[in-house]
This record gives sequence, C-alpha cells and structure tokens, in this order.
Amino acid sequence: MTQVQGPPPGTTIVEEPTTAQGAGRGRRGGDRAPKVKLGPGRWFREVGWRHVVGMIAVVWALFPVSYLLSASLNPLGNVVTSTLIPQSFSLTNFTTLLDEQPFGTWARNSLIVCVCVVFVQLLFSALAAFAFSRFRFTGRRGGLLALLLIQMFPQFLAAVALYLMFTDIGAVIPAIGLDTLPGYILMMCGGSLGQVWLIKGFFDSIPMSLDEAAMLDGASHVQVFFRIILPLVRPILAVCGLLVFVGVIGEFLMASIFLRDSGNKTLATGLYGLIDADRSNNLGVFAAGSIMTAIPVVILFLYLQKFIVGGITAGGVKG
Amino acid sequence: MADLHDPSDADGSRSGLRDRLTKPGRDGIPALLVKVLFLGVVIGTAIALTPALVGEESWFFLVAIWAITAILVATYATGRALPAKYLVPGTLMLALFVVYPIVLTAQTSFTNYGDGTRNDKQTTVDQIVGASVTRSDDSPQYNLTIATDGDPTSGPFTYFLVPQDDPEAVFEGTADGLESDPDGVTLDNGRVTAVDGYTVLNIKQISAAAAELDEIAIPTESGSFIVRDGTSEAFEGAPTLVYDEDADTITDTTSDAVYTAEQVGDREYFVDEAGERISDQSWTANVGTANYERIFTDSRISSSFFGIFVWTFVFATLSVVGTFLLGLVFAVTLNDPRVRGQKIYRALLILPYAIPGFISLLLWSSFYNQDFGLINDITGLNVNWFGGATTAKIAVLLTNLWMGFPYMFLVATGALQAIPEDLTEAARIDGASGFAGFRRITFPLLLVTVAPLLVATFAFNFNNFGAIYLLTGGGPFSPDNPTAGGTDILISYTYRLAFGAGGVQIGFASAVSVVLFVITGIIAALQFRATRSLEDVN
Repeated sequence: MTQVQGPPPGTTIVEEPTTAQGAGRGRRGGDRAPKVKLGPGRWFREVGWRHVVGMIAVVWALFPVSYLLSASLNPLGNVVTSTLIPQSFSLTNFTTLLDEQPFGTWARNSLIVCVCVVFVQLLFSALAAFAFSRFRFTGRRGGLLALLLIQMFPQFLAAVALYLMFTDIGAVIPAIGLDTLPGYILMMCGGSLGQVWLIKGFFDSIPMSLDEAAMLDGASHVQVFFRIILPLVRPILAVCGLLVFVGVIGEFLMASIFLRDSGNKTLATGLYGLIDADRSNNLGVFAAGSIMTAIPVVILFLYLQKFIVGGITAGGVKG
Repeated sequence: MADLHDPSDADGSRSGLRDRLTKPGRDGIPALLVKVLFLGVVIGTAIALTPALVGEESWFFLVAIWAITAILVATYATGRALPAKYLVPGTLMLALFVVYPIVLTAQTSFTNYGDGTRNDKQTTVDQIVGASVTRSDDSPQYNLTIATDGDPTSGPFTYFLVPQDDPEAVFEGTADGLESDPDGVTLDNGRVTAVDGYTVLNIKQISAAAAELDEIAIPTESGSFIVRDGTSEAFEGAPTLVYDEDADTITDTTSDAVYTAEQVGDREYFVDEAGERISDQSWTANVGTANYERIFTDSRISSSFFGIFVWTFVFATLSVVGTFLLGLVFAVTLNDPRVRGQKIYRALLILPYAIPGFISLLLWSSFYNQDFGLINDITGLNVNWFGGATTAKIAVLLTNLWMGFPYMFLVATGALQAIPEDLTEAARIDGASGFAGFRRITFPLLLVTVAPLLVATFAFNFNNFGAIYLLTGGGPFSPDNPTAGGTDILISYTYRLAFGAGGVQIGFASAVSVVLFVITGIIAALQFRATRSLEDVN
C-alpha cells in the first residue's frame, strides 16, 4: 500500500482494499476482491504499467535460469551451442552426471551437512533468542550488538587458523579432523547464533502474558519454550531454516579448504571441480547438476513463500 | 502473574519466572533424566579424551575440553543463571569456531609462520643436523617400513625398523627417538609388513611424500641418527654437523666451517662467514609488527593498495545501493492490491535467491565469454568483458546485482507491508501526491527497518571473496603489475599476495585478515551510528 493516491475519479469502489495480502487472497476467492472498475487508459496508468515493470523484472530474474535449464538439456553440453531458450530436449547431461560422476555422494554429503547445520543453528539460535527476549540480564544489550558485529566477519577471514586448528583436533580425534564431514559441520556450527536477531524479533511479538499463564498452570521455563513459544513461531523457523540451508548448500570456500578427499566433496566443491576442469565443454553437465541442486531449494522457497516475505525484515532491528 | 509479586518490582514477572524455575523438581523426572544423561555424556567424553590428549601433549585442547565440561556442568547442574542455560550452547560454538580462530589469527599475525618456517627452531636444527648424517663402513643397516597413523600424504610418519643383523628385533622410530618392541607388529621375513592402527605406505606413496621423509632423522641414544636409504632400507650414521646450543652455532666437522644464525628479511638462517646458507630451512619466530608494517610500507603492496581499497569500497557500495534500489522499485511497483498475480510475481522474482551462490557465479562467468557468451549474444556486442578492467568491473557489478536484488525485493516488500496504512492514508488526506508521500513518509520509515540489513550486506560484500574468485579470479592482470588484478578487492588481492608466488606466508596473511577485520568493523560501526538504527535495541 505504498501508493498514497486515492481512488481516482471515474472509478467505482465496491469494497475498500485491506492489505496487499488480504486483497490477493480475496481476489482468488472472488467476492471479497475490491471491485475497481477503470477505463482502459486509466487502468494502464494506475495498474497496467506495474505489469509492464513486473514482466521486465521477471525476464531479468529468469533469463539466467532459462539459460541454465537450456544448457542442461543441450546434448552437446558446451558453451558454444548453448542458448537462452531450450532448442532441444535431451537428458544426456543428467545421465552423464549420474553415471560418470559421484553426484550421489556429493548430494548425500551436502544433505548431511545442511541438515546438521540447519538443525543446530535453528535450535541454538532459538534458545539464545528466547533468553534475549524473555530475560533481563547484565550484558544483554552488549551481547546482542556483539552478535551483530561478529556476524559481519566471514569465517573465511580466519580460514588459516581454522585449518591449523582442525589439523590439531584431527591428531587427537581423527573423526572430527580436517577432511572429514563431521569436522566441516562442526566448523560451520560456529555460526550457530546466526539467526538470533531474526527469531528474537518474533519472540518479542509474542505477549509475555502467554508465558505467565502457562507458568501459573505449572509449566516450567523449558516447557514454555518448547511447548508454547516454539510452536507459535514455526513458520519463521521454517524461513530461517531455509535461509541457512541456501547458505550452507552454496558454501564453497571453506568446503574447498576443508574437504579434499573425493568421497567428502559437497555439491559445491564437486560441481566446481567439474566446471573448473573444462569451462566450455563441461557446461552441460554442470548445468544438469546445478538444476538438480537448485530444484529442491526452489520448491521449498515457493512452498514457504508467504512466510518469507516479511519474515526477513520483521526480525530486522525492532529490538 | 505480575499480580502475585510486589508491584514495586518493575521486573516482577521476570523475577517471578526465575523463582518458579529455581524450585527443585519443576521439570519432572524425564527432564531430570535427560539432564543427567547429557552431563554424563559430556563428562564421559572429557574423561575418554584425556589420555589421548596427554599422549599427544595437546595441553591446550586438554584445558579447553575440561573448561567446556566445567561450563556445561556449572550451567545445567545448578538452578542458577537461567539465561545462561539458553545462551551457552550457541555461545560455546561461537567462541570455539569463530572467536578463537580470530584470536589465533591475531596471534599468528605477529609471527613469520609460513613455508620454510613451519617448525620451531629446535626441530629445524635437528632436521639440518639430521640431514648431514653420512654412512660409515660400520654403519648398522635396517630393513625399513614406513607407516602412518594419519594421512599417507602428510603424515605423521613412523619408521618401523628391523636390524639386518638381528631380524627378530623391531624398533619404532619417530622424531622423538627410538622405542624397542612396539605392539601390534606383524613381522615377516625380517621385515615389518603390518602394524595395528597404522597404514603402511607403498612405493608410490613413499615417493609422493619424499620431501617430508627426507627431513626425518631419528635420533638414537648414542647421538647418531637413523635416516632412510631408498624406500625399504635405513642406516644409522653420525652427522657431520654439530649444533652448539650455548653459542647457537652449527659447526661442520669436516670443514670446520661455523654457521651462525643471521636475520634475512623476516626470518633467520644459519649462514657461514661468507654468507652462504647451510639450508633454506628457517623457523617460526616472533616478528613483532613487521607483517603490519609490510602491509603499509611495502612499495609493491602500497602502490596498488589505495586503488584496490577504493574499488573495494565502490564495489560494496554499488552492490548494496544497486540491489536495494532495484529491489525497492520492483517491490513498490508490485505492492499494489490492484495488481493481479502478485504471488506469482513474487515467486518468480525470488528464484535467483534460491539458487546456490556458487552456481550463479560460475554460470554468469560463462555469460561473459567474448565469442559464445550469452551477454554478447543478446546485446549483439562483441565485448571482451574480462579483458579490460572497466568492463570486468561492470560484469562483476551486474552479476552481483542479479544475485542480490531478490533479497532486497523481499526485504522491501516485507518492510512496505509493515508500514501502517494510516500513515500513508494521512499523507494522502494532507494532499501529498503519490511520489511525495512515498519520499516523505514511506521511504524514511522503510529505511529505518532495512538500514541494519543494508549495513550487513555492505559488510558482506566488502569481504565477498567468493564473488571475485569465482567470476574473474581478480583479473584482468596488466603485464606491469601481475599481482593486482582489475577487479581485485582487498581480500582477494591480499590472499594472492600471501599464498601466491614466493610461498605461503601465513603470518602475513593473518596480519591482512586482522586489518580487514578492523576496517570492516569500523565501517560497519560508522554506518550503524549514521543510521542510528541500533539506538532502540532493548
């Protein structure tokens, strides 16, 4: 509702539009939609141009995706013959990838890493967010600000130290040393408090009276957290989880330093190895792998879309 | 609940909460069991690891593990410090894998640690002396088996030795010395063929690790050393070099030449009177602030530093401003209830965000191919995008614009929907036109919400090594300055300096990291101050 212009003359408003989302829902349902009748010229000036911008935006957003899809379906699989719009339909690249490359291993490794990191990060962030939202203690404000600052530094800046550290750890406990998935996961869990701000914003919006009522009924703080607060923010946890998932599945730099053994490669390092070996001729296979990597994420995105919009901003900095 | 407490207690409900929680038995039996089990596992793990840590002499890890155990027990076994129970898990992870590495980086930045200086002085001297071991006629010979309990390429390596004149005896040799009759050894025909817990290296692996194996000299009690002779034999001999600890000199017993430690650049070598080095091996040493001085005084670095700093700043700024404006325009345009298919637009516009970053970057890097790339294809141009610094910069920014705008679109859409309608309504009634209303009311409100996210995005892009590395690799490089590329940002440029030609210079790289930490922190703090966005954090 950013356009502050009112209904222009010559229009008939049957029902005042409520919110953007409400209107969207109503429109599909039919009768609750605002019935704004505009003349064609008026309509274009008020609404139509928005579709023009929207179309341009969609083309801009999707042309690389279209190219990626087209390249993955191109049986020749090289840069020279790849086009924006699919010209042919062949699954050669997909079968090549699955038969000749350990794509399954990469996908399995990535999945393990993503699931572990997402779970740990959500749980630890939610726990910390609960403390920041519900308790008052010394160092609370400082802690929140420190979190914000620390998150600005990529772990890559300390890559050498982490490398040496995990070499040493591996000498004692080989299972979590360098070049092991658990070691890599552990390192990635350093960002466990990454979602605190976002989740805290939502905890703050849940009235304290709810906790208090539960406590009067004999619930403990653990029960309040797990049985009352967490279920209420399930959508936002899903959004956070998705954001973490996208970040982790695309993490390339630390993985390329940590995971050298071919059996330990993730989708990011595996697919990079493919395209790096032959930038022009491996494009098709790379594209096929990318499509298979991106599709689950895209589906999750679309599924959680209504929670994503707003979710990112809401935890912003409202305190 | 607040009624139950003294109303003068401003924080009544919270302290009430605390009272209730500290009452014993509140959590019931199952919760208690979980707690006991969890703490048991933690303590058990610490106990189980202690012997291994003592064996490896990893005193730091030993202290760390018991400190963690103590913190966990103190937090969860008592009823006190309620917030800590929720904060400790994530904070521990943060401290171990983010804060501690940062501290370690800062420490390393004051040393010359890197290629040629990875060992301490004692080890280096031992290696130099060990390498001078020569065979005499009566040198004892051994059948050698090289094994490792670590990685076959990097070690650590252990020698299993069988004296050729006593094929029943077995010795286990490491840099620490010889031990007789090790456990779990399979002896076959005067040769060790397998050892429990070790991988025996084959000939190919031995030749791959030759350089490291050549540095191994196993000291014996008589002052001689055992070194390998090929892949399957070893001999014991006396070194021709002798180290004098008090004088800190190495003397060559065959030529009587005396080598003293002398500073060359950031490291020391043993050199004779003529300045000839005995070995290219040096050792880790404290160099004070030398690495930092080098960043700011080395002419090779400072000549490019300013230009790269400016570009880093421009890159981060334009990336934030560009993606934000584009995202905002799309959000404002589509955030009108009369636009049909808003959901579909949104779903399509956030697609780029759902594609993992490395895929987008590698894909876009193929777009800029001069002959077959998509960009030249569509536009009909014939630009060698990565050939010139300006076009390469445009390419990097364009790619970042595509990758970043969906996030900003989401952020802006969310922020727009959070702005109360009454405000925009009031502006309209007061006669503000569409754009004026947006500029005066909506935009400032929106900015307050998104400012912290913009600052974070700026900080992210300031150190966006991945974007540069995967797109252009920092290039293009001009012939007169092959180390500073046209699209290099600070982090990619300095990492090339630290890890490129001239060997790995970890101490220097660490100093660079610290400087980047500081620069990013200062810029972020200034931006937060300017936007005043953190003042109402409560």
